[in-house]
Amino acid sequence: MVVGKMKFTFQKRVKLAQGLWLLSWLATLGGAVTFTLGCFLKTELRRRGEVMDNTDIHCVPNTLMIVGLASMGINYFASRICQDALDPGRFPRWKTFLKPYFGCSVFFTTLMLISVILSYAMKGSLETSLKIGLKNGIRFYKDTDTPGRCFQKQTIDHLQMEFQCCGNNDYKDWFEVQWISNRYLDFSSKEVKDCIKSNVDGRYLVDGVPFSCCNPSSPRPCIQYKITNNTAHYNYDHQTEELNIFIRGCREALVNYYMGLMNTIGAVVLSVFLLQSSVLASVRLLQTSMEAVAGQENVEIETEGYLLEKGVKETFMEYVDPVLKLLLLNQVTPPEAKPEAGATGTTTTTS
Amino acid sequence: MAVLKVTFTKTNRDKLAQVLWVLNWVSVVTGVTLFSLGLFLKVEIVKRRELMSKEIVSVPNMLICVGLTACAINFLGGKICYDCVDTTKFLRWKLLMLPYIICTFFFTFCILVGALMCYSMRNDLEESLFLGLRDAMRYYKDTDMPGRCYIKRTMDMLQMQFQCCGNGGYRDWFHIQWISNRYLDMTDSEVVERLRSNVEGKYLIDGVPFSCCGLHSLRPCIQHQITNNSAHYNYDYRKEELNLNRRGCRQALLEHYTQIMQSIGLIVLIIWLFEVSVLTGVRYLQTAMENVLRLGDPDSESDGWLLENSIADTARYNFNIIKNLGKCYQVDDDPNIDVPSSSLQAQENVPVKQIPVAR
Repeated sequence: MVVGKMKFTFQKRVKLAQGLWLLSWLATLGGAVTFTLGCFLKTELRRRGEVMDNTDIHCVPNTLMIVGLASMGINYFASRICQDALDPGRFPRWKTFLKPYFGCSVFFTTLMLISVILSYAMKGSLETSLKIGLKNGIRFYKDTDTPGRCFQKQTIDHLQMEFQCCGNNDYKDWFEVQWISNRYLDFSSKEVKDCIKSNVDGRYLVDGVPFSCCNPSSPRPCIQYKITNNTAHYNYDHQTEELNIFIRGCREALVNYYMGLMNTIGAVVLSVFLLQSSVLASVRLLQTSMEAVAGQENVEIETEGYLLEKGVKETFMEYVDPVLKLLLLNQVTPPEAKPEAGATGTTTTTS
Repeated sequence: MAVLKVTFTKTNRDKLAQVLWVLNWVSVVTGVTLFSLGLFLKVEIVKRRELMSKEIVSVPNMLICVGLTACAINFLGGKICYDCVDTTKFLRWKLLMLPYIICTFFFTFCILVGALMCYSMRNDLEESLFLGLRDAMRYYKDTDMPGRCYIKRTMDMLQMQFQCCGNGGYRDWFHIQWISNRYLDMTDSEVVERLRSNVEGKYLIDGVPFSCCGLHSLRPCIQHQITNNSAHYNYDYRKEELNLNRRGCRQALLEHYTQIMQSIGLIVLIIWLFEVSVLTGVRYLQTAMENVLRLGDPDSESDGWLLENSIADTARYNFNIIKNLGKCYQVDDDPNIDVPSSSLQAQENVPVKQIPVAR
């Protein structure tokens, strides 16, 4: 049961080869673009790696880079094949190369599609990673004298200013954490002593936020301490004041930013995938139509080209079997065991 | 005595024409580069227009004009050089070539002027920034006045982005009232006392806006009562260096723009050198082609030069032309007037022509 059978005249074959040559160069460009996008995404993820707990999300840019490089290789060979295709003298030397070539190409093209799906599917993992990373960042904000944590303050401040966000879920996260170090608290002051005594864990909690939460678009100078206390500031109501500090949480801001980035990249990679698939299909059709010409005297006859000789499942098994054999997963039972089994079988029946 | 004479064979001329054709197209690309550099500079200046008292338009506009002219001139040059390989086609352009070369010479001079302007913009810019920032800080609190309501945001974003504070330093904020009266409790005795103690009735404090806070500080930002050591625990404002941004915004912006201008100036100088070399090539090609036409044989060798006579002679010749342009209505040199000649020899040498009489 042949899949995708088409008739090709000589002129059609020539046009197919020419179109394929152009398409393969476009697809090579597409592969380079995919690789660049993968590098860019990886750089962006690494830049803010300090607020991420794990690097699971890095599988997306890694896959994109691998697929981009593979795509450039596949399309380079596709252009060489179509250059030699119309010359019956040069085409046969590609014969043994074509089967593994198609196997690899289909594998990497499917991988391209998988990477696009991954970029949407990894949203949950990214969100969890950011949640834990930001929580730690806020907890260690005050530890500017502890080695390994001394840059957390700078990282969180920079992040909040750049993404115009405050805290993990929102600004109230800062109320639950002691973000002012004990080094800068006057323990002889009554106010400080009261505050610490009133807290169960002995932490100095304030209803205030760091300066990086301040919104530059606010019409009044920033109120960052005693935020929930209306009487502490003139003409101030914290429930109606929206522009004073950033209301958005940093986790939401970062997730939106990265998902936006990955959506754009996903759209571009999807179009490269379509281009790549059309290149592969054209190479296959060209190959099969040229094979029918081989050995004929008149090279200008009409031939048939097809995508798959057998059905999809049979072709898949044909490719997968050698791979499995290589991995020794599909072992063939040794022939001596069979007659022995047969002999024991007969002996049991007779006795 | 020609200046820098070079002999060209036919193949040399053809090669020169082809090379110049390619170089002219490369020059079109450099013209586009010049145009985009001018556009980039214009955008950078317009972005911070609120912080400058006088917008500097001369340099970016010059670069944009020069870039567009470069594209046009080099496009024409490319066409001319393409036709120079064939002597018949060259005849079409023969009369246009000398004016074209003169125009290109002045145009290359403009590129050089543009490059030098990039380096000289600094003083104008510094003054403009000083006045602009001073006004911006003064209007920082006027977020309710139309036309000034975004100055606070602009100033805050500037101080955060460039990690700077105030005009020359953070103390500039101590001399102006940056907290609007709308947010001051006039019934509070402390506020009233402070207003009364100031000559102009301004509410001045030793505090700075939040955007002055340093990112690298180890402790939470101290932005109010900065000079009062006893107001904060374990604090000495003279030793504390990371708390606020030390650099003034005028200095920061000046450095930013100087860097841009120096890079642009360097690129424009390189483009100028390239244009001069293309111009020299076109001049050699023009003179070589004209000499070939003068000799009559299109395949022969011909000489090419920069100037036919020495520089002094050419200058004198051109100066005389310009002088005589102004004398077109004067009577003195009119050859038709009969001026009695003083020497006898001159009289004898003049041939007397007889008018033929019909018989």
